[in-house]
This record gives sequence, C-alpha cells and structure tokens, in this order.
Amino acid sequence: MAVQVKVPTILRTYTGGAKAVEASGDTLDALLSDVDSRHEGLRGRLISEDGSLHRFVNVYINNEDVRFLGALEAPLKDGDTVTILPAVAGGSAS
Amino acid sequence: MRFDSLVDSVGHTPLVGLPHLSPSADVRLWAKLEQNNPTGSIKDRPALWMVAAAEKEGRLQPGSTVLEPTSGNTGISLAMVCAQRGYRLVCVMPENTSSERRQLLLMWGAEIVSSPAAGGSNEAVAVAKRIAAEHPDWVMLYQYGNPANWVSHYESTGPELLADLPTITHFVAGLGTTGTLMGVGRFLREQVPGVKIVAAEPQYGDLVYGLRNIDEGFIPELYDASVLTTRYSIDHVDALRRTRQLVEQEGIFAGISTGGILHAALAQADKAIAAGERADIAFVVCDGGWKYLSTGAYSGTLEEAQEALEGQLWA
Repeated sequence: MAVQVKVPTILRTYTGGAKAVEASGDTLDALLSDVDSRHEGLRGRLISEDGSLHRFVNVYINNEDVRFLGALEAPLKDGDTVTILPAVAGGSAS
Repeated sequence: MRFDSLVDSVGHTPLVGLPHLSPSADVRLWAKLEQNNPTGSIKDRPALWMVAAAEKEGRLQPGSTVLEPTSGNTGISLAMVCAQRGYRLVCVMPENTSSERRQLLLMWGAEIVSSPAAGGSNEAVAVAKRIAAEHPDWVMLYQYGNPANWVSHYESTGPELLADLPTITHFVAGLGTTGTLMGVGRFLREQVPGVKIVAAEPQYGDLVYGLRNIDEGFIPELYDASVLTTRYSIDHVDALRRTRQLVEQEGIFAGISTGGILHAALAQADKAIAAGERADIAFVVCDGGWKYLSTGAYSGTLEEAQEALEGQLWA
C-alpha cells in the first residue's frame, strides 16, 4: 500500500528537497517509522520526548487533523494523503 | 430594526437555508450571514466585546492607543469601534494582504505597520508583541488570547444560532484566533447534546509556513481542542471552488475563507448522508467577497483564479 506524505519546506532537508515522499503503514505511527527508514531524523522532528506529536506540528490525513482521528494510532489506507504542517497563526479573516 | 448607534447594531445576522447545495430534505445546510455586520464581517462581534471589556477593566480611556496584529477584518472592526469611542488604533498586518483591506483600515482611521509576508500572521503577532514592549502605555487587545473574543460568540453568535435553528446538529466555522469555534462551540455543547463542532483551517502555500524552526510555531492561547469534534485543513483550490459554487448556486457572495468552511460543511453533510442521519448544519459566512475582488478570485476560469491566489493570505 502507498500513502503520499507531503513535507513542509522547513523539513525538506530530510527528503533531499522533495515536497512529497511515498511511504506505507497501517497507522500514522507505522508510516512515520517507514518514512524515517529512508529519511532518517524526520520522525524525531515530529514527535516529542514523551512520544506524542510535537505541539507545533499538525498532521492531516486527507485534510482531517489526526489529533481527532486517534493521533499516532490513526488508521491509514492505500491512496491516503498525509500532510505535515507547522502550526502557524491562522488567518480565517482574522 | 432600530438601534441607538451603528455599534449597537452589531450581530442579529440572518440565518439562510441553502436549497440548492443541501444534499437532501433531511440533511440541510444553513449559512449565518456575518457580512451583514456594520463593517461587513463576523469580527465586529469580538472587536466590540474586547473594547467593552478593556473599558470595563479601566485599561482604556479617551485618547488611548490600541495596538493589534490583524490580517484585516479584526482591524477593520476595531478601527470603526475605536473611531466611535475616541481611541487611536495601530494595526500590524502582513504585507501580502489585499489592498482593499488596507484602504478600509485607513478609511476608518487606523494606522498600519506592515510585517513581512514570509511568516504570515505569525510574524504580525511577533512584531506587535515587540511594539507593545516599546510602548507600555499602548493597549494590545490581542484577539488570539483575549477571552472577550470567545465570550462575544458565547453571548451573541451562539444564542442567535440556537434561537433560529433549535434542531442544529453541526456548527462549522473557520479556525484562526479560534474565538468563533470556542465561543459558539461551548454554548452549543451546553445546550445541544451531541452537537458536532467542526473547524475549517485555511491551508496556505509554502511561503506562509516559512518558519525557521518548528519551535517557532504558534497556537492561539484561546484554543482548546476539547471543544472541537474535528478539524479540516482546506487549501485555496477547494476554498475557491466552493466560494464560486456559493455565489453561483445560492447567490451568496462570500469571501474565500467561507468557501473553505462550506467545503468542510459539505464533508459533514456527506458523512450524515452515508450514516443515514438527519442533519442541520450551520456554517459561518465570515465576510462578503468585496475585499477580495483584486485577488482575481472571482474572475476568469477557476484555474486562473487558483494561480492568482497562490502565495496570498486568502483567509
């Protein structure tokens, strides 16, 4: 199974500049481990010492925030898109 | 309806059904028309509540200077309220926001300090915090952390929605300061068991996420994830498509962030249909489309508009 992982500018040093990489895994946790096997260090930037998602990192599966889908245990299926973004001050007509 | 002054007329906006975009008689969409506020956006509510709270606390006196990081609408609302109450307003805004917003701010008497486009609102917040430190006598209302922001929606937007739509099952709004979702969300959760509170967050291009380090990220102090049922990140492609659908099919001429909110509302409608459940989904129309005409969002093909919007702060 293949999942597309979109990587933000700030983390592309780990992917040789690539905006997106392919990976596999039944859960977000497994997917990030798979990504890390080819792009070493990336996982460590997304997960904090206590093992949870970094406070200032948002991860979305098909545009839905994984924190509402089970966080690292969020299930994945073939063809899903995972988007990683740093948390920034939103606009929302603010 | 009659009011003593323009400021007193904030709120009381219409809730209108979407007969063409609603998927069925049992799954219906409802638009809360916040562009009907005095300066044309939902931000009139938090602006008025934040100023009133600062007055009550004695932080504002006639002649005071108010400082605020804002990408537009909050600044415009504050400019109107401050001008009416006799305060000077200084707004810090990213240089890549639309020219209409700048013109409106200046027209209502605000002064503008530009912050770099790279970094978006993050950078505006940082610049405003620096200026505040240099001018201890200025009052930063700080919409991202001021409880009066969410309280304005808890006391006005939420009760209006429930009065107009007692059968409400979903509330969908944009996630920026998080004030709308926190305020309406808390109110509805107290009143409507099982109500779903859904956030639509704008997803920008790479430029806006140009942080030097993940640790420089920003989460509004007002944000409490436990209020939300779920949260979507919507890019400008989907937001634009829905913004166009809204005006073409329902006649509602809205700003681009509203298209993103509609996209999230329709995703919830699909889920309700799939689950065979009835739904009354209310969503926020944050503002009208007027301020975004110069972005090219409403002219030419969808592809041309998408290209024009790339790299702009469209919400």
